[in-house]
This record gives sequence, C-alpha cells and structure tokens, in this order.
Amino acid sequence: MRTCLVVDDSRVIRKVARRIVEDMGFEVAEAGDGVEALAWCRASMPDAILLDWNMPGMDGIDFLRQLRRERGGEAPTVVFCTVENDVDRIREALECGAAEYIMKPFDSDIVQSKFALADLL
Amino acid sequence: MKADEVEFVAEIARAAAGLEVEREKVYLIESRLAPVARREGFGSIREMLLSARQRREEKLLWAVVEAMAQSETSFFRDPAVFTRIREEILPQLAVRRPEGQPIRIWSVGCGPGQEAYSLALAVEEAGAAVLACGVDVLGSDLSERALEKAQAGVYTQFEVQRGLPIRQLIRHFEKRDELWTLSPRLRSMLRWRRANLNAEVRGLGRFDLILCRYVLAGMTDESRGRAMRQLAASLLPGGYLVLGLQDPDELAPKGLVRLDGGVYRLKPAERAAA
Repeated sequence: MRTCLVVDDSRVIRKVARRIVEDMGFEVAEAGDGVEALAWCRASMPDAILLDWNMPGMDGIDFLRQLRRERGGEAPTVVFCTVENDVDRIREALECGAAEYIMKPFDSDIVQSKFALADLL
Repeated sequence: MKADEVEFVAEIARAAAGLEVEREKVYLIESRLAPVARREGFGSIREMLLSARQRREEKLLWAVVEAMAQSETSFFRDPAVFTRIREEILPQLAVRRPEGQPIRIWSVGCGPGQEAYSLALAVEEAGAAVLACGVDVLGSDLSERALEKAQAGVYTQFEVQRGLPIRQLIRHFEKRDELWTLSPRLRSMLRWRRANLNAEVRGLGRFDLILCRYVLAGMTDESRGRAMRQLAASLLPGGYLVLGLQDPDELAPKGLVRLDGGVYRLKPAERAAA
C-alpha cells in the first residue's frame, strides 16, 4: 500500500485530511510540524506528503528544502495544503519541488483532483 | 414541491429546451430552484412558480429552465480527453491546412466557461503547428448568466482548484482579492454566444471540433434527435465530435465514424478526381 504523510499543526485538519487520503487508498501517518515530519521521513520515506506551510518550529517550506537534501528525499511527491494563496508563495513552493498546491479551505474533490494532477492516483 | 408544480417545471423545461426532467427527483429540482427563487426575490419556490405560471413572464420562465439545464463542470473534466485533443486531434487538424483558415472549435453547453477555457489552454500547449493555423473557440450555452460569467473569466478559489494544474493557474490567471481572472490574451481567443440546441441554431458556421459533453443525455428523445442532427450538420469534413465519456454510445449522431473514448469523426472530403 502506498503511504502518505499528512503534516499540519492542526489536529482537526490532520483528521479531515487523513480520512480523505485514506479513502484514496493510502496508508497515512501524521506529523504536527516540520521537525516531526523530517523524523518520519528519515525513518521511512512516504510516497506522498500533504504539507501545511505555517507551523510552529520548522514550517512547511523549510521542511521541504531540508527534505530534498536528505538521502532519498527527492522521491516523495509533495502537495502543499495551506491558507497561503499569494502567487509568489505558490511559485516559491513549486521552485522548492512541490508538485501541486492546495489553497485552504479544501474538500475531498479538491484533494482528489490535486492528487490526480500530481500523478498520485 | 407538489406534483403539479413539478409537472409545470418539467413541462416548461421540455418545451423550451428539450430537457427530460426526472420528476421523481423532487429534492434535486428543489435544490436547483431554491437559489433562483432567492435571487429573484421570492419567499419560496412555490411563490416563484405561482408568479411564473400566472404572468407567463419570459425572463422568469427562462430562469427556471436554465436552472434545470445546469450541470456540474470543472476545468479539464475527464483529463484524458484534453490530452487527446492536444496531442492527437489538434495536430491532425493542423496538417496541410490552407492558410487563413483557423481551426474552429465549439464548446456546446459550456456553462460558466471551464470547458471552453480548458480547450483554449489545450490549444496553447498543442505546439507551433497548431498555433500557426490560428484557433477560434466558441462557447455556447442556454444561459445568459452562465455566459456572462464565462466571458468575465473570473473564478473562485474553489473553482480553480478542480481540475486545473497549479502551474497553469499561476501562468494564465491573475489573482485579485480572493478571485482568479484569466489573462486578457487567453480570453481574447474565445467568443460566446447564446444557443439552444432545441431550437434551430443559426449563424454559427461549421466547426473542426465540437465538444458536447453531458448535454444530450439530459434531453428528451425528440429534442436529442434534433440536437444530434444539428451537431452533425455543424461539422466540417474531417471534423471531430466529442461526447462525454459517460454519455451512452447511442447518443452519437448517424453518419459519423466512431473512434474510441466518446470521439466521433465526419469523414474527410473526397478529393475530386483529377
């Protein structure tokens, strides 16, 4: 089964996202910030990462930059999922290696559409 | 809604637009009409229908019909269809095309414009040979309101996140407040016209590619026959007709060659003997 790491500092959002991603056939792990997410990835690289931007500790974009420097860290397909919706931010995320980008609020249709666009389905 | 109200709605939708309203799906009819009643300033669907019935007011009757004709839409719905249009159909149409004859595309039942703009985006990426021909895209719909929205090219954050790749969003749209507006250049590729397939469609000319997806299935047998004849008559020799992937095969007009994936083609013109 393919795996997806859901990274968000909100437990409620992780729970909502988890259900949607599980329904698409992924095994899901959760992390509350970039540091925790990095620990997960070092233990076992997921196939996909659904990634919030603003989090205490290490934020999403710093996590992504760090991830891409890790051994095997170029492999996961990263989909941002954040309230940040400025074009400059989106461009920055794509330049750092995100495959797709979700602007909150989201629903299952949007997540599914974006995962399909990122070739994850 | 009461049975006679449902019957009234079904009857005007059939007469005006050839729609087959599923009378038993009352909740669906109500969910379509409730926003119209609110918008038009009525306290309920019942009040609106009463007024429409008594005064036979054209504008109100059409608002009801248009609401019944609405369907789901998104950018690049059934993405494989657009890949095929970009990689196969458009390049094919560009081959040995006489100069000064742009490729003509018609999006039938385009609603608020996502399908027509997806076609324009597919054209953009179809390569130099296609772009060199020039491409006109026409979007038509029953609903003036939908066409106004299409023409404005302004979409909500929710709408631009269904089917549209993020890279195309930031390349072709500009964000103003929380809304996304298509670039003037892309909007200039399109024209919009009100058209009702249930009446005679005139003055649109003939096309190299027609998309008519998830439109015919909602029509009565009689109106569908008329619509299919008009679609077939609107194709240029060698032109393609694309139906919805989930539209049943029997919807296809006679006289076209059936390819796979809901795609049909009118035979290219016979070359005159030398």
